[in-house]
Amino acid sequence: MTTIDTSAPGERPVRPNMAQFLSRYGTFAAFILLVLFNLIVTPNFLSWQTLNVNLTQVATIVIVAVGMTLVIATGGIDLSVGSLMAIAGTAAPMIFMGTLLPIENMGVLVILSFILPVLLVMAFGWFNGVLVTRFSIQPIIATLVLFIAGRGIAQVATNGNLQVFKNPDFQFIAMGRIAGIPAQVIIMIIVAVLAHCLIRYTVIGRQIIAVGGNEKAARLTGIPVRRVKTFVYIVSGALAGIAGLIVVARNSASDANLVGLGMELDAIAAVAVGGSLLTGGRANIIGTVLGAFVIQLVRYTLLANGVPDAAALIVKAGLIVIAVFIQQRAKG
Amino acid sequence: MLKTLLRPFIAKSSGDFARLGVLLALAGLILFGALRYDNFISPFNILSFLRYNSMFALIALGMAFVIITGGIDLSVGGVAAMASVVAAYLSPYGWVPGLAGGMAAGLIAGSINGLIITRMRIQPFIATLAMMLAAYGTALLLANNQSVSVSYDTGFTTIGQDDFLGFPIPAWIAALAYVLGWIFLERHPAGRHVLAIGDGEATANLMGLKVEKTLFAVYALSGLLAGLAGVILASQFGAGQPTEGVGWELFAIASVVVGGTLLTGGSGSVGATLAGALLLAMVFNILNFENGLGWISLSAYWQSVIRGAFLLVVVVLQARLMKKTEA
Repeated sequence: MTTIDTSAPGERPVRPNMAQFLSRYGTFAAFILLVLFNLIVTPNFLSWQTLNVNLTQVATIVIVAVGMTLVIATGGIDLSVGSLMAIAGTAAPMIFMGTLLPIENMGVLVILSFILPVLLVMAFGWFNGVLVTRFSIQPIIATLVLFIAGRGIAQVATNGNLQVFKNPDFQFIAMGRIAGIPAQVIIMIIVAVLAHCLIRYTVIGRQIIAVGGNEKAARLTGIPVRRVKTFVYIVSGALAGIAGLIVVARNSASDANLVGLGMELDAIAAVAVGGSLLTGGRANIIGTVLGAFVIQLVRYTLLANGVPDAAALIVKAGLIVIAVFIQQRAKG
Repeated sequence: MLKTLLRPFIAKSSGDFARLGVLLALAGLILFGALRYDNFISPFNILSFLRYNSMFALIALGMAFVIITGGIDLSVGGVAAMASVVAAYLSPYGWVPGLAGGMAAGLIAGSINGLIITRMRIQPFIATLAMMLAAYGTALLLANNQSVSVSYDTGFTTIGQDDFLGFPIPAWIAALAYVLGWIFLERHPAGRHVLAIGDGEATANLMGLKVEKTLFAVYALSGLLAGLAGVILASQFGAGQPTEGVGWELFAIASVVVGGTLLTGGSGSVGATLAGALLLAMVFNILNFENGLGWISLSAYWQSVIRGAFLLVVVVLQARLMKKTEA
């Protein structure tokens, strides 16, 4: 991906083709290159252990990024996903540890601890949607409110303390395996497939693209623009909630300060790297999944080869800028 | 005379309503504090209030310019953290290298933002979000994941800790920056360009304004001021802190918005931004007093909730006012 340069201005008519090519196949090429690079350089790359680590790490990014893809397809953005993960992730242990509800039956508590947190963050997603649609507040600012306040809510609820727990039933969502495949990977696949089908084969899927492509035209053709937009923020909230549950279940602990920190960037980056335009009107779920894999592999490659975490941040920043740049070029 | 004084506040534009509101709220809060707490008007509280909040006021000033052009700068907290580390490393060589180094670090980061936004045509929030990551990454790398102590022998700590003519030096720096900012925006032709760009970039371009240059300058300025805030941070707390600055961008954005600047750009004022920053800071000053009196237990975590709620109320009010003025 480093071959793009801004050389002579005389080449202008050629460059869009180059960008279009990169936009279409660049993510896949980057993915293959990263795998090849790791096969040669990183010791023990070809092992179940490595595959397992990468798959479980990428699952939460994919789940959140799928919701982000839908939001971005309508021309919006959701900065609150990381904070919503923290809210769901702190609410769940409070429920099954019995501090929130006067219920004795553990089975009921565990089931509720899956359902209630997700419903709660769906309500927050709806709140984002209302700010965007009813009050016509720009999505960046509307979701910025919960980006700030959301993590604060989770911190206030736990007083910033770590909640440590051991609850195999609840933790099945992250630790469990179905036919040898980690449960979170199965959730990731289901979410991606459902979203892909939603975009491809349903009316609301087409309406999402239409709203992002040209809102005024969409409204004039009778598409319920407000409802469509609110819908994507609710979906984004729900998926962030599920990801939050997975993260805390994986860690056997819930830390309101850390759950989902920086996830909004990973998700936006996955969407951009995956080939969707950040201005809306396009939704490429398969691309987003691939984008999330590329981001995860970049991080893994750097860490496995002894590059400090901080340097990985800088590389990620560069990756985001280059990906967005290519998408814009491809369009223009 | 009175009429001219009041004129900005009785004009019927949405920004002016908000400006009147923020001044009234500020006056109300000060009155409330003065009546309720014995030590509220004490020199100690006033001076430490100014000393601590000058950093945020500086960042809010840069953010005001960025938002007036219709953009946003999410990198200021990270840039301040990076600058604080750079300044701390340079502080043994004297306060001048410390100050200049921190400001240069901020200026470079801001310039990179400006280049990415104007040359690569990438949306400001993506460009600056990426810069936030990169700046924190750089700060952590430079500082090796720890805080970096500053030198106490070279006068570097004077910048953040000492007074000049009875007022904290950070307050003087912020005051100077605001005066310059005000002159630039409201009295200098280039300031008009900033406003015109926010009103409509295409139109500004057609009018022959140097849109790209102005946008670049605005992000560079925001970076420079964030760098200056980072220097003050390092000097005031005696250490460069690579993990500090989280949430500063939100404080700055909230200050600008509370000050009545429209997030869509094209309008805004330097004075109102200062009032907005003071108002937000005053809320926390008062909450600290409440906390100290033991009536409510206010953890640091409440701060972000309150800040978010504040932003929410203001943007909703702004949106309603804008709809009304459009109708």
